[in-house]
Amino acid sequence: MNRHVVAKVEDIQPGTRKIVTVKGREIGIFRVGDDFYGLINRCPHQGAPLCRGEIVSRLVAPSPGDYRLTRPGEMIRCPWHCWEFDIRTGQSLCDPNSVQARAFDVAVEPGRALVEGPFVAESVPVTVEETYVVVTL
Amino acid sequence: MNVTVLDRKPDRGAQSHLGFIDCDVHPYVKGPNDFDPFLSKRWLEHKQTIGGRTRQGLAKTSMYPRMSPGVGMRMDSWPKTGGHPGSDLPMMQEQLLDLFDVAYGLLAPLVGGAGGERNVEFGAAMATAVNEWQLAHWCDPDPRLLGAIQVNVEHTEAAIAEIEKRAGDRRFAQVNIPPRGLEPLGRRRYWPILEACAANGFPVSLHLGGTGGHASTGGGWPSFYHEEHPSYVQTMQTLVTSLVCEGVFERIPNLKIVLVEGGFAWLPALCWRLDKHWKRLRAEVPHLKRSPSEYVHDHIWVTTQPIEEPERPQDMLSILEWIGPDRVMFSTDYPHWDQDDPRYAFKIPLPDDWKRKIYRDNARALYNLD
Ligand code: FES
Repeated sequence: MNRHVVAKVEDIQPGTRKIVTVKGREIGIFRVGDDFYGLINRCPHQGAPLCRGEIVSRLVAPSPGDYRLTRPGEMIRCPWHCWEFDIRTGQSLCDPNSVQARAFDVAVEPGRALVEGPFVAESVPVTVEETYVVVTL
Repeated sequence: MNVTVLDRKPDRGAQSHLGFIDCDVHPYVKGPNDFDPFLSKRWLEHKQTIGGRTRQGLAKTSMYPRMSPGVGMRMDSWPKTGGHPGSDLPMMQEQLLDLFDVAYGLLAPLVGGAGGERNVEFGAAMATAVNEWQLAHWCDPDPRLLGAIQVNVEHTEAAIAEIEKRAGDRRFAQVNIPPRGLEPLGRRRYWPILEACAANGFPVSLHLGGTGGHASTGGGWPSFYHEEHPSYVQTMQTLVTSLVCEGVFERIPNLKIVLVEGGFAWLPALCWRLDKHWKRLRAEVPHLKRSPSEYVHDHIWVTTQPIEEPERPQDMLSILEWIGPDRVMFSTDYPHWDQDDPRYAFKIPLPDDWKRKIYRDNARALYNLD
């Protein structure tokens, strides 16, 4: 397992995502507020580039006609058949107990800490002044 | 148990998908004027100043966007050069034809509105224009793509003339009739057209969609797209039942029908029901010399997408066996949002000989391809 620097924090604005390649794997890095999450860019259903889909809310209806828009910006909807996944965990909405997109550990680290510890920064030069998004893989 | 399904490898026979025949590929126009060069001045002016009249109840309502933002398309199929999914041949080659080394792609153009046009003379002109457009924009630039002859079945003479004009042109594989029409397709008024298809060696493809002007279910209009979706199956069932019960296959023994985009798992149950009632109601339909299921098996082919996903994946094998693996043909529906990927659509490995049939040989035989 290595820690890979994949972006500067400011490169990924809240509500957006960035797709990065780590060890040959495409990973979508999502920013929800100030939290960052990583999901494999590959849908467990038929392999579509999952992370390129729409970022949506979780819409629930306790009974017909009673709609609640919850957890805004926390679901990703597959660009092909529209299965929805929880950006925080990779769990699917349609079958949360058995269908899941792989999630990766994503952390935010100050450049100072990174300069000290071992990390891999293939395409993102690191300086002590900045803050970075780091994926463990 | 929490199983992470990921990095699923294509099933072991993945290579056998290469070179498959895709029985449902949707080309789209680059712009609203693409058909104009193929219209006479008389109809071009009509198109520009009067326009189409569909059978849809509410003007300017659309059956789209259908879930996926935009127009119901796979989100990664929007060409970088602009334009609509399905409008860009290089992108279609990259995402489908070259990616899977597709041997043939059968075009299903859902553009031009020829089939549902109420002004049948204009509908016939648009049918011809869409046919020419398929050749110029798709079949000639990439000979893997085979056209589907468009007709307006409410204009019998023009439809027959169009079919006869294309007879022998190997760039066209079949005749395309929208399944939602004014009347069920087995009615006598449509026989001359169906006869012309058979006589000229063209299977008839019924690709779901179209606006018949009737509610899309026998019980009224659905509220949701989720509710609309199974209504396409009802439409297919209506056509199969109509073609069988009216005796069309007795009258036109070499007629071949392809059901496109209606799925297929429902077909065996329909046949069981028809067979059961045929035993009781034979006196009403004495023209049926054989059981409905025999007509279905001899005359009807199905394409796979949107493939059913049974709760127990291995049940798919029974369904295929009931229909007959010689009657099922793979289709993607590229670039629509609910398209199927040939590597992953079937959730269970198929026996190798079934796989060859479903991905290639059935279509090869039906359409007489090399
Ligand atoms: S490939 Fe993602 S929902 Fe089908």
